[in-house]
Amino acid sequence: MAKKALMLGNEAIARGLVENGCVLATAYPGTPASEILGALAAFKTDAGVDMHVQWAVNEKVALEIAYAGSMSGLRTAVSMKQVGLNVASDPLMSAAYMGTKGGFIIVSADDPGPHSSQTEQDSRLMAMMAKIPVLDPRSPVQAKELIAVAYEVSETYRIPVMLRPTTRVCHARQDVEIKALRPCKPVVEFKKDPARWAATPKFRFILHQELEGKLAQIAAEPRTAPRLLNPETRAFKAVVTSGVAAAHAFEILQAAQLGDDLALFQVLQPYPLHQAFISELLTNYATVLVIEETMGVIEMQLADRTRVKGKLTNDVPRVGELLPETIEGLMCGFAGRRADACTVPAVPGRRPTLCAGCPHRASFFAIKKAAPKAIYTSDIGCYTLGLNLGAVDTVLCMGAAISQAAGFYHAHKNEARPPKIIATIGDSTFFHAGVPALIDAVVQKVRFVLVILDNRTTAMTGNQPTPATGVGVSGESLQAIDMEALVKGCGVTSVRTGDPYDLEEFIGLVKAAVADSQVKGPAVVIARHACLLDRRQAPPSHPARTITVTDTCDGCGFCIKHFECPALVMHGEGDQAFVAIDPVLCSGCGVCIAVCPKKSIKEIRG
Amino acid sequence: MKIPENQQIIISGVGGQGVLFVTRLLAEAAIAQGLSVITSETHGMAQRGGTVVSHLKVGDFASPLIRPGQADGLIALKAESVAVHGGYVRPAGWIVANSGEPLNSQATTAVMTLDAESVARQINNRRAINLVMLGYSLTRLAQACGGANALFCSLAEIQAVVAKRLADKKVLRDAALEALAAGAQSTP
Repeated sequence: MAKKALMLGNEAIARGLVENGCVLATAYPGTPASEILGALAAFKTDAGVDMHVQWAVNEKVALEIAYAGSMSGLRTAVSMKQVGLNVASDPLMSAAYMGTKGGFIIVSADDPGPHSSQTEQDSRLMAMMAKIPVLDPRSPVQAKELIAVAYEVSETYRIPVMLRPTTRVCHARQDVEIKALRPCKPVVEFKKDPARWAATPKFRFILHQELEGKLAQIAAEPRTAPRLLNPETRAFKAVVTSGVAAAHAFEILQAAQLGDDLALFQVLQPYPLHQAFISELLTNYATVLVIEETMGVIEMQLADRTRVKGKLTNDVPRVGELLPETIEGLMCGFAGRRADACTVPAVPGRRPTLCAGCPHRASFFAIKKAAPKAIYTSDIGCYTLGLNLGAVDTVLCMGAAISQAAGFYHAHKNEARPPKIIATIGDSTFFHAGVPALIDAVVQKVRFVLVILDNRTTAMTGNQPTPATGVGVSGESLQAIDMEALVKGCGVTSVRTGDPYDLEEFIGLVKAAVADSQVKGPAVVIARHACLLDRRQAPPSHPARTITVTDTCDGCGFCIKHFECPALVMHGEGDQAFVAIDPVLCSGCGVCIAVCPKKSIKEIRG
Repeated sequence: MKIPENQQIIISGVGGQGVLFVTRLLAEAAIAQGLSVITSETHGMAQRGGTVVSHLKVGDFASPLIRPGQADGLIALKAESVAVHGGYVRPAGWIVANSGEPLNSQATTAVMTLDAESVARQINNRRAINLVMLGYSLTRLAQACGGANALFCSLAEIQAVVAKRLADKKVLRDAALEALAAGAQSTP
């Protein structure tokens, strides 16, 4: 029996890369793609393969590094989430024209729902815009299989190939077959060819023509052709699916016994859609229903608008994840059957919150104390949850806290009493996209305070190292960037560093920074305290304290409303109300001692 | 209760409770028996104390998600999860919930509860509610089915997975096995 292991979709993708001779891989973490690179590093170490695996400062840098490896003839890969592909879109568009030498795979994970993203954008549409092929796996097992195919297609046509898994593939676990590594001896050679690798616009035109030729061939490529999942059917209605929707649809086809009524296709390569398949659909079937996430990428390539139903005809929802119960309703309706699919009534669950003891909570509390009526711009990370504390007014995209602060400053600066502006950004996000924005703010003398929430890790996505960590994905020692020096290097003259756990002192730092910013332009406070979830970090600077709430608590609820620590729990009602500490959740940070206006929270000293 | 060949189970709770760990133990136990398995998990922002749900499908399945009204059972690490995710359970299915009070559900009459918090406190391992609940589910369901394994796996098979997964971490392993046993022994 073949050796099988339980693998997360992201682990299956990583295993596929290792088995198929990837020797250079880069990534920037982002849900749902984060676990790919870590798994790759682990497989690499286990197999003793010589491979460069690294976290890059952002997705653009990651893509460019991996692409250059391909230009030198190596099999390489880069992984990211869908909004990360926006950041990497500049090199992507150009790399499509220039082509590749070694196989080059771009894994861009989409998040229909969205579960943990700003948008539900469809990376397949980005592949279409770039004019590169994209493969859309339906399961962890298939994601791994398609890695092998993606490398073959990339090398056959010398083109970057995208693998587009969605959350339900990335974060599914399945029994996946472990295979031996593909024997290969990579030959690294960069062959100079300026007409390609440094093409001027005249040559770009030629490369564009060449690209169109490649796409025409790829649209007839047998290895990525659509599959009929119920070949015995003689139905004249076709359901065309891709990605996890194909898995849902296949199960529903069997459970609801729709196989005689519907021919079910899975498209492996949504772009470019196979020409023969388009003809087959429009010749052999009376009507076609396209079910895909999240946009109508396959559907829009089926030019016949009279017989094709989908998102463009409002038959399939355009927004949100396509859950199996939704697909069941769609398929039964299309087959002319009554659907008895039920739904789970929407009951509000719990909203996410910063962990008990999270240093960000202390920083947000201090910021609100220091500048109560400021405009609070923020950014992408755990600290987006500062929303719950009323300390986050805006969240746009990576790095935007700083540029939006600048925009608000310029918009309001001629008012009689312009608002104070405090931006918050995490350390990893600051390195990723904050640095150019800070330089711009310094140049433009923007009067705002930037609080860098420096928890020494990329926390939200699973505690990946940052450029300041000095450690790589495999635990190897790397050069560490000095955050203070970087901020000063951007031209900021007012720079302070403090630990938000020392709350009173830290409030003072933020107040001083606010005062500085009104004269000097950008003032930066680095709020440094390690993330509690990051096991790799040095032992805590502040030992855990045993905290209790004394009888003097009158249940005013100030701590619950303004500090929102999950370990502070309100009991009773009205006159009987009081707050108590949940000892399971309490981390012993003791910050709440300084938060309580009645001085009712105390440390028990043993 | 009849034991279906293919099993679909929802495990739900709040981020940080260890829903993923329970899902993973069950999935590993399925693989150890040579069964096919597919699960779907919650990662990312919801893991910070928000509602977390796992879908576990053992047997002949393609989709990682369970449709409402199709699950054989729900293991709820928080009592409130019964209201949020009870709708996944089929009428003949079961719910095992962490609750000090008896619970009702519109989905099924077979609702079993355990005050897992108290049990975890007794063994001085308050974070082990997830394993207490898993141990309890395995034995309580077997009891409800008249001795047979109502789940696709037995307590012993889960214990074997834990022992293997935490082989290098003796203290953690022993604490995990103790929590499973404490849950298993809490059957009425």
